[in-house]
This record gives sequence, C-alpha cells and structure tokens, in this order.
Amino acid sequence: MDFLLQLLVNGLVIGSVYALAALGFVLIYKASRVLNFAHGDFLALGTFVAFALATSLRLPVIPAIILTLLCFFVLGLIVERVVLRPLIGKEVIAVIMVSIGLSSVIKGVMYLIWGPGYFLFPEFMPDVPIIIGDLYLSPVHLLGLAVSAAFLGLFSLFFKRSTLGVAMRAVADDQQAALSLGVSVRKIFAVSWGIALVSAVAAGVVVGSITSLSTEGLSTIGILVFPAVIVGGLDSVPGAVVGGLLIGVLENLTAGFIDPVLGVSLRSVVPFVVLVLILMMKPYGLFGTVEIERV
Amino acid sequence: MQFSACGNYKTRYVDEATIFPNDTGRVLVAVLLLFLATLPLWLSPYLVFVFTLIGIFIVGAVGLNILTGSTGQISLGHSAFMGLGAYATGLLAQAGLPFWLAIPVAGAVAAAAGAFFGIPSLRVKGLYLALATLAAQVILQFAFNLFDSRGGGTSYLSVPQATLGGLVLDRERLFYYVVLVTAVLAVFAALNLFRTRIGRAFTAIRDNDRAAAAMGINVFAYKLLSFSISAFYAGVAGALWAYASGVVSAERFTLLLSVEYLAMIIVGGLGSVLGSILGATVITVLPEGLRVAADYMSQVLPQATHLFLAMRFAVFGLIIVGFLMLEPQGLADRWRVIKTYFNTWPFRY
Repeated sequence: MDFLLQLLVNGLVIGSVYALAALGFVLIYKASRVLNFAHGDFLALGTFVAFALATSLRLPVIPAIILTLLCFFVLGLIVERVVLRPLIGKEVIAVIMVSIGLSSVIKGVMYLIWGPGYFLFPEFMPDVPIIIGDLYLSPVHLLGLAVSAAFLGLFSLFFKRSTLGVAMRAVADDQQAALSLGVSVRKIFAVSWGIALVSAVAAGVVVGSITSLSTEGLSTIGILVFPAVIVGGLDSVPGAVVGGLLIGVLENLTAGFIDPVLGVSLRSVVPFVVLVLILMMKPYGLFGTVEIERV
Repeated sequence: MQFSACGNYKTRYVDEATIFPNDTGRVLVAVLLLFLATLPLWLSPYLVFVFTLIGIFIVGAVGLNILTGSTGQISLGHSAFMGLGAYATGLLAQAGLPFWLAIPVAGAVAAAAGAFFGIPSLRVKGLYLALATLAAQVILQFAFNLFDSRGGGTSYLSVPQATLGGLVLDRERLFYYVVLVTAVLAVFAALNLFRTRIGRAFTAIRDNDRAAAAMGINVFAYKLLSFSISAFYAGVAGALWAYASGVVSAERFTLLLSVEYLAMIIVGGLGSVLGSILGATVITVLPEGLRVAADYMSQVLPQATHLFLAMRFAVFGLIIVGFLMLEPQGLADRWRVIKTYFNTWPFRY
C-alpha cells in the first residue's frame, strides 16, 4: 500500500513535468497546427542555458532561471518569425520536417557546447528528505510539483482572465472569426511560441534539478510528450495536464509492479502502447475536438 | 538518335506512361549501370562499401517515397521496419537460408508489420497518423533492444556472409553486386508501380482522399497496401544492410534513421523515384564526407573529431530546414528545370 502510494506520488511529480511540457506543445498545436518535434530540444537547451548562467556567470540560481525564461520567450518569437511563418499553409510533412530539422540543429549546438556528458544542476534546496508517514519525499520533488502546479495555475488564469489569453483561445477556436474581431493572428502565433518555450524551459529546469542534465536525457522528454497529448487530446489544454499526469503515474506503476515480474524495463515503452491503443479506439483523446470532415 | 524532345509531341496516352521517352535515356542508364558495375574493380574497398550503403538506402528511400511522397502518409517508423528486415535476415541466415531467399522473406515480414501499424490510418490521418508510426518506431526499437539483451548481457546478432553456389560474396567487393541488382530492381519496380492501377490509386488518395473514395477507390485497403509495399522495401533494405555489415544491433535502427529517411525524400523530392535516388545519395555521403573533413581538420585542430558528432547533427538539420525553405520541391525538380532549359538550348523557346 505504501509502495503504491510512493509510486503514485513519484508518478505525479514526473507527470507534472510532462504536463508542463505538454502544455506548451498543445499551445503551439492549438494556435498554429504545428506539431513541434523540437519541443524536447528547446526544453534541453533552456535547461542548459540556465545551468550555464548559474555556473559560468555565477548568477544566483533563481535569477538565472528567470533570465532564461525571458530569453526563451524572445527565442520563441524569433523562431516563429524566421522559421515557421514562411511555412504557413504548406503541407503537413513540410511543417513536421522543419521542426525535426530545428531539433537536429539544436542538438548539434548542444553537443558542440556541452558535449554528451552529464551535469548536475546547482542545488538550491536542502537535500534533507521529508518523511510523512511512510512516504519519502525530497524537497526538490516537492518544489518540482509546486513549480509545475504554479505554472499550470498561472497559465489557466492567463487564458481565462487576460485579454491576450482570451485572444489566443479565440484564434485557436476559429482563426477567421478571430481575425474579423480584430485579433492579430500573427501576433498570437508568435506569442504562443514564446509561451510554449517558457513552459518547456520551466519543465526542463524542474527535471534538471530532480535528476541530472544530459542532452539525450532531456530531449527524450520531447518524445514522451506525444503520448501525454494524445491521451489528453491534441488540442486541449486541460487534456495536456491530465494526460501528462496519467502518463507519469502509468510509467511509475509499470516500473514498480510489472517490471520486477517480467524482469525487463517496460517503463519507456508502455506510454507508446497506450498511444497506439488510444489512436485505434478514441483517436481524439479524452478532451480533444473531434475533427468532422464535410465536403 | 534523338537527344531530347524540344516540345510535347506525344500523340498517344501510352507515350505519357513510358519510363523512357526515347533511346537517349535507355543508353544513358545502360552506360551508368555499366560504369557502376566496374566500380569494385578499381575503387578502394572503403569507397565500394560507401556505394553499397548508398544502394541500400536508395532501396529504403524509394520505399518511403511510395508511402509518404506518393500516398501522402507520413511515416516516422521506416527505420524500425528496416530493422525488422535486418533481424529477420539475421535469424534466417543463421538457420541456413540462402540470401536470395532470405532477402524477400525479410521483406515480407516487414510488410506484415507495416500493414499492422498502418491500421490506425483507418481512423486517423495527417499528424495523428505520424504519431502512430512514431509509436511503431518506439515499440519495435524496444523489441530490438530486448532481443539484443536476451539471456543477460548484450549480444548482437551476427550474420554469415552471403554465398552463391559455393562462391562467398565477400562484404568488400562481391556483395556490392547483390545490392546493385536489388537497387535496380527496386527502382524499376517502383517506376512501373506508378503506371498501374495501384499506383494511380495511391496518387488519388494523396491528392484528395475523399474524392478518391467517391471514385470507388477503397481508401483504407490501398493505404494498407501502400504501408506494406513501403515496409517491404524497408525490409529488403534492412536485409541487405544485415549482410553488408555482418552484425545487427538495435543501435542502428533508431528514430534518427527514420528522420534521415524523411530527409532523403525531402532533399530529393517528394513523390519522385529519381528524387529518392538523389536524396539517398546526398544523405548517405554527407556523414562520410564530414568524417573525412574531420580527419583532415584534426591534423590542424586536435578536437575536430570530437566536434564531428555535433557538426553532423547541425549540418543535417540545416540541410533539412534549408531545403524546405529554399528548394521545397527537392533536387529532382532542380534536375527537371535544368533538363527543360537544355531542351531548346541555345534558344530561349
């Protein structure tokens, strides 16, 4: 029972990271119908930039992270303007491939600067475990959960209350209608890329401080985002959160209960089996909009 | 002998469907093939191996172009089907099957898997389908890793050299001819496929699947057929790869290779067999060229070989992005433009 509870808590922590990463992913998809294969690489790059600011420039950790988030908001605007905007209206494969190409370029840059090694994020929390009952929680895990929850709360508030957030929802809902109401669709595309990268970097920093930093390890999260968003529905923000948490919990339950029995690590493959099953049975996920085609 | 028609003088529909509009093309292809056949006689074994690799990836890229370029279904799992073919070949060759039997059987195994992972195309398309093939890639890759680590540690599947009637087709020289023949067969099979009912159905589905359905094409069945033909090509490529390298390991068949395949058909030109050939050549030669450059550079800069991995990723990504933004029709279209220019040369029209 305690074992189950521990697995659930661990799953929620890692799931909240997936949720945060998936949120940015869904944001881009909702606004501009771009499936961003470079999401994991932006996430990794952001974490490494924060790491470099904190270690090489000796900035305190929190300002370093905030500075990185600001930089990546601007980077998102630039990427949208330079790479994605010329491809608006092109076929699906062109858009997918350009994001894959971007992902490759970013990987190259990261290998060029940091190499394939492992790094440790500077500690900014005491490393004393907190024990509640039989549950074993490290402060970093708790902080990760808190940061993810804070970001998710902030984003949902942003979408509900702010003019920009409402405009973004309008564009996602119907571009033509939004245009006719005076919403600048271009601006919304750019801002959604900016915000998406901010949420990716936030997720990356949380993972980076829980585990270690490596180019491979961090950019893999970009692949794990896919099962999360498919479970939740590709164009649903609450779906991204629920999907991310579900995939995180599922991973940990598999690692805890099935792997010891079978003797092989199914942890990394189970999310994708779920992805295939969902696509075969309920392709638009839990909360996604069902695409109806009319001739 | 006519070099090239300077206008459209076709009077029958049959003329439109011919692979070679006149004898010039036949002669040029024959000369090219003869030239390729002499390569092992005067090239170093390393360069022959590079050509073997190019041939293998031409087979794979032609297959992917049938699915992605001509049927319009994006596949991120092509390298997994290639891997399936390679593993099947390894097991069959160890069981003592001759290579000319093992290669098509490996293709058939991959084709069956391709049809299975094509089932989601019944309900989803576009981006959702791309994700289904991504899942196929991850799941099959996991299975390969599981196979490699059978019975504890890591043990790779070794493949015996191919033999033909007592003659050992060594990896350095003679196996190149097997690859050459297979690649030529694969290319001509693909060219002919698009002259048939099946090929036209594929193109109709790509251009507008609802209109295709309205014309009486069984969209789902043809999509599955396209998936399995494409996976068959990938399986054959994997089989050739298994014989050419002698060892099959999961490391070669990662998502990166699937992406490289997509890059090949983007660089070459979507939906064009010539494009697959050009793209496969460019993307295969690129890392080899970079490696040679890195070796030369390392005499001046000691860290150059360390930078090789990074350079490879960055250059690869830049090529994809560059082609998509500047030359979205690929090299095949550039070739067509050059040919059209010389049709009436030295006159403008």
